[in-house]
Amino acid sequence: MGYRLGVDVGGTFTDLLLFNDETGAFWRHKTPSTPHDSSEGILIGVEAITKEADVAPSEIEYFLHGTTVATNAVLEGKGAKVGLIVTEGYRDVMQIARSFVPGGLAAWIVWPKPQPLAHLEDTIDVPGRMGADGKEVRPLDEDAVRAAMRKLKGQGIEALTVSLINAYVNGSHEQRIGEIAAEELPGLPVSLSHEVLPEMQEYERTLSTVANAAVRPVVGKYVSNLRNRLEQEGLKGKLSLLRSDGGLMSSQKAEEHPVNILMSGPAGGVTGALWVGKNAGLSNILTLDVGGTSTDVALIEGLEARRVRTTEVGHLSVRASALDVKTVGAGGGSIAHVPELTGALRVGPESAGAVPGPVAYGKGGEVPTVTDANVVLGYLPEDLLGGAFQLDREGAKKAVQTVADALGVGLMEAARGIIDIVNENMFGALRMISVQQGYDPREFAVMGFGGAGPLHVNAVAKLMGSWPAVSPVSPGVLCALGDATTRMRTETARSFSKLARDTNKAELASVLTEMEQQTRAELLADGVPEGAITSAFEVDVRYAGQAFEVPLTIDQELLTKDGIDGILARFDEEHLRLFTFNMDTPHEIVNLRAVALGEAPDLPANELEKGDGDPSAAKIRDHTLWMDGEERAAVIYDRAKLRQGDIISGPAIITEMDSTTLVENGCTATVDAVGNILINLNEKG
Amino acid sequence: MPAQIIQSNTTPFEKLDIDPVTLDIIENALRNARIEMDATLVRTAMSPGIREQGDAFPLIAAPSGEMIVGQFGSYIGPFLEGYDGTVEEGDMIFLSDPYSVGGAISHSNDWLVLLPVFKDGRLVAYTSMFGHQSDIGGMVPGSMPIGATSIFQEGVRIPPVKIWKNGEYNEDLMKLVMHQTRTPDWCQADLNALIASCRVASNRVIEMCERFGDDVYYSATKELLARNHRAMKALISQAIPTEKASFEDYICDDGKGYGPYKIKCTMWREGDKVILDFDGTDPQSAASINFFLNENMFKMFFGIYMIMVFDPQILFNDGFYDLIEVRIPEGSLLKPHFPAALSGRTHALGRIFDILGGLLGQGTPEFLNAAGFSSSPHLFYSGWDNREGKERDWFQLFQIGFGGIPGRPLGDGPDGHSLWPGFTNVPNEFLERYFPLRIERYATEPDSGGAGLHRGGNGIHMTYRFLADGEIAIHDDRWFVPPWGVNGGHPGMRAKKVLERADGTTEIVGNKIEDVSVKEGELLHFITWGGGGWGDPLERDPELVGLEIRQGLVTPEGAANYGVVADGEGVIDAAATEALRGKMRAERGELSLFDYGPAIETLRANCESETGLPAPIQPVWHDQDVAEAAE
Repeated sequence: MGYRLGVDVGGTFTDLLLFNDETGAFWRHKTPSTPHDSSEGILIGVEAITKEADVAPSEIEYFLHGTTVATNAVLEGKGAKVGLIVTEGYRDVMQIARSFVPGGLAAWIVWPKPQPLAHLEDTIDVPGRMGADGKEVRPLDEDAVRAAMRKLKGQGIEALTVSLINAYVNGSHEQRIGEIAAEELPGLPVSLSHEVLPEMQEYERTLSTVANAAVRPVVGKYVSNLRNRLEQEGLKGKLSLLRSDGGLMSSQKAEEHPVNILMSGPAGGVTGALWVGKNAGLSNILTLDVGGTSTDVALIEGLEARRVRTTEVGHLSVRASALDVKTVGAGGGSIAHVPELTGALRVGPESAGAVPGPVAYGKGGEVPTVTDANVVLGYLPEDLLGGAFQLDREGAKKAVQTVADALGVGLMEAARGIIDIVNENMFGALRMISVQQGYDPREFAVMGFGGAGPLHVNAVAKLMGSWPAVSPVSPGVLCALGDATTRMRTETARSFSKLARDTNKAELASVLTEMEQQTRAELLADGVPEGAITSAFEVDVRYAGQAFEVPLTIDQELLTKDGIDGILARFDEEHLRLFTFNMDTPHEIVNLRAVALGEAPDLPANELEKGDGDPSAAKIRDHTLWMDGEERAAVIYDRAKLRQGDIISGPAIITEMDSTTLVENGCTATVDAVGNILINLNEKG
Repeated sequence: MPAQIIQSNTTPFEKLDIDPVTLDIIENALRNARIEMDATLVRTAMSPGIREQGDAFPLIAAPSGEMIVGQFGSYIGPFLEGYDGTVEEGDMIFLSDPYSVGGAISHSNDWLVLLPVFKDGRLVAYTSMFGHQSDIGGMVPGSMPIGATSIFQEGVRIPPVKIWKNGEYNEDLMKLVMHQTRTPDWCQADLNALIASCRVASNRVIEMCERFGDDVYYSATKELLARNHRAMKALISQAIPTEKASFEDYICDDGKGYGPYKIKCTMWREGDKVILDFDGTDPQSAASINFFLNENMFKMFFGIYMIMVFDPQILFNDGFYDLIEVRIPEGSLLKPHFPAALSGRTHALGRIFDILGGLLGQGTPEFLNAAGFSSSPHLFYSGWDNREGKERDWFQLFQIGFGGIPGRPLGDGPDGHSLWPGFTNVPNEFLERYFPLRIERYATEPDSGGAGLHRGGNGIHMTYRFLADGEIAIHDDRWFVPPWGVNGGHPGMRAKKVLERADGTTEIVGNKIEDVSVKEGELLHFITWGGGGWGDPLERDPELVGLEIRQGLVTPEGAANYGVVADGEGVIDAAATEALRGKMRAERGELSLFDYGPAIETLRANCESETGLPAPIQPVWHDQDVAEAAE
């Protein structure tokens, strides 16, 4: 019957999670990634997991996939060679960018100058001009357009992008260039900025269009190759990809608009957390996805993840919706060091990466990392359950001792200092997405996942005052779980740019209806049945003149009932919450967005056998670890043997195949019905 | 009389020993609070100067006034010394007069709010932020009159006053202030934004105190200051020699036909202490290009340049101030007597950084950067929009431009980027949507970056087409004295402004002009300077020069500066290149550490033919005091 397979390809591992739609039973598998051709690793994983579950590949109805293929193409500059046609006088639009140099005073001295995604030698400007009012100022010089195309063809471009000034108001010149391209450059993919992103701001629109064009061939090749190989293996199910905003899109659509999957990777964990939250009865969750080099955090309120309008990839900020995932350079591989000059303890952002990795991994690493500190303190037992190798605790001690010496403190103090600082960095990132956005973290739970999330989640919850700290079921493959449990989504955005007093309910409603039809048609074309589609809308409002817009969700019914004034009242409320004041300045309705969503799969979670609260059956052995200033006795448990309702007092360690959960001193963990571990502070007294 | 601080709880803080980890955690939390201040400001401000360009600066200080986190150093000390009033819970101070705070803000356009943070009746911190207002009244739109001869012509001057007094908002005061500006909506929004940022930071400080304890927080800030002191002490003893070293550079003109004005700084070490002496700097200008330089601010600039390389993660603070002594002659361009006009101070402010770079770098050429911190070019355009559909709406644009970043040890200087932290350009589609103009060209100026192994960044050539009649003003510099190159690199090209009139004539205009009428349809070419080059241009890979010809960054003629012979397609003639390079090497003699371009007198002689503008006239000073300052 119905199986869903979630597959998340990361830098080191490919995670798979096979889910039985009816029973909620699931199987998970981890296999090394094969960066030269990810489909190899995927197929190895598919074979292994179907064998383990005794399921034929043909029984898999949905193949749901999160991938960093687009991200890496951008970060590593391996995108297609893109030709860019711009308005006369704007050839350097990508070269000058926003003139911004990151960092403080004098940071320009050390800032490496990034190369534009479309090379300047492949950028040509052509005469023809639209005004800001959408009226033609000067006609398009079609001869110049043809000459530009021939030149770019000679330079071997693989894709063409057109981004003209004010095309967001009137795209007819771009349209015409598109038609000419069909004649001059038959077969070459063409992206027009007013189609990819009909919004004001020439640099951002150009960048988004170029990014889309640059990753398109890479993603296209990847997807079609994967599709073919899966079909050869008898896998006939529908292939969908995870979007940066946490929804799914058909693989065909992803090939056309790969700009929407740039942050597919981190989105998986957040959607996984949503599913876990639903089962654990938690609706407000801060997610903490701790990897080797970095940590991703996001905020879920009322089982909705916060989204942002821009996708940040490396130094580029592309205009495409994404989950509001903030990344800090703090992970298991982050290197601890003490600069001689200041004698301060610094952790990261440099990372030992996968190679040479932490000292404890014994792969040649020599500098102390966060993982080494965890090993020294006893938080990561040397003999990891299911782990193929023994951790080198003596090596880790030696490395951390160098930090202790530089600081003039003991080994354990130094190790805990490293952990405290890395936790503090995670805390800082979580504050950015909670307190700084006006959310009270005490109303949220924190969920730690990824390889090292469950190790840090308890301590971070303490800093945030966010309880419970959650170690979700299968934290190591939560991304794959997210891929498997989310739903189809598409959206469209449009610049509206009108003062609220200059528009009315009917005008707004008619534009929204048009956008609704467009997005529904897209999902229909992707095979989602009409009855399963729901629509939602967002309106960006600001005080006229501000740079920052507050997105407000509305629906047609609410608009009819409360009118535009209702929207503005909600804006004022939100503005007050965020910035502590309101103004008399007129409101401006800046952008409109329509979202169409497929049906959310109603997937049951697999219940654990009921226990009596006593976890001793799962006990592996006694252990000692260093916490709160002294050596303490602790117990190590096997997560696979825990039953629902089991209660574990900290300090304790719970290990499983690919992850370790740390319960801190003064805290107690309980196992919920479906296997999530919820950690709370002991009652005072 | 200094300010009187009223606390209901006068228990002194207890200085505790802070473990290094707690210290680093507090440092990190302070850094985050500061980032949050910036974010709050940019999101809620409205004037393009702040919201799009980020012209604003945050600060969190200790109760004793030292900056714990921020950018330009603390002005709280001088403020407290000069403020004849109380500082109490529920107060918020507001000011804009540079002469009231020892030049800690350097022109009246910068509005500053200062919030004393009280916890349990005790002063635990100050949070403060200042930002550039679009208009504060005065002679010209934008309130930065080039023609001003005193600060009274530069708009409303706000001495330290209380916007909030014991928690009560002083509405009448704000009405009075807002009545002085041409852009009250922007000013009100931007002021709200500054206030919101200070409040956010204040909340964060209180949360830190609650989390760690007041004494721990206090002790940590003291230790952070001490840590900077120790680090800087070590650096100074390593890097600053006891022999005197000097560096000088120029402001091209004062907007009234006189120039150039010299700024000179001499540096040496005496024991642990560095002396930075501006003796030899020209006397103050009768015009508005004076820059009232606060000694502490200059210490901060110095410190940041010093420490950047060694621990870039450090949270920079005021802790090292007593290791540096800054001497600025009274009555000089950098310490003018009241009521000298100050609104054109941006040129000298920029030049200070070139001087600092040259001064510090001459001992270590491998770390030396070329010049490029030449100014912060401004364009003002204002009038009544009488286009169809507009009802003679008042418009007023203040836009900050960018030149080229100099060639650096790291590599080429980025083209058309900002040397100021946090600044961005304004999207041209935004300008065209909200102002009566069209940007016909927004490109880099080929060959303007000085040739070098690492090329200086090109300046920007921006062409405005005005769509409504109005008036413009321009503030720029580096049009007469070029930005210097280093280690064999050439100077960058100079700035230039050209008006194309409706009648078809072309007019080269000065780089400091105002009240210039423009008509609908006329064009202004606003061309900024290029950064100086770094290293021997004859060592640059000819193929890279060829590529940059194809990219339009360098012309085939400009390639000659690199000894490269190439055609319009960037195809290199290898034999001719080798021959040309050989000839150039033979003829040029030894490479100098700095290449300033021609001497001032030569520049003067060739000014008209090279720049299209008359040469500036050497200023003379008759006043006895200032003559001394001029040597």
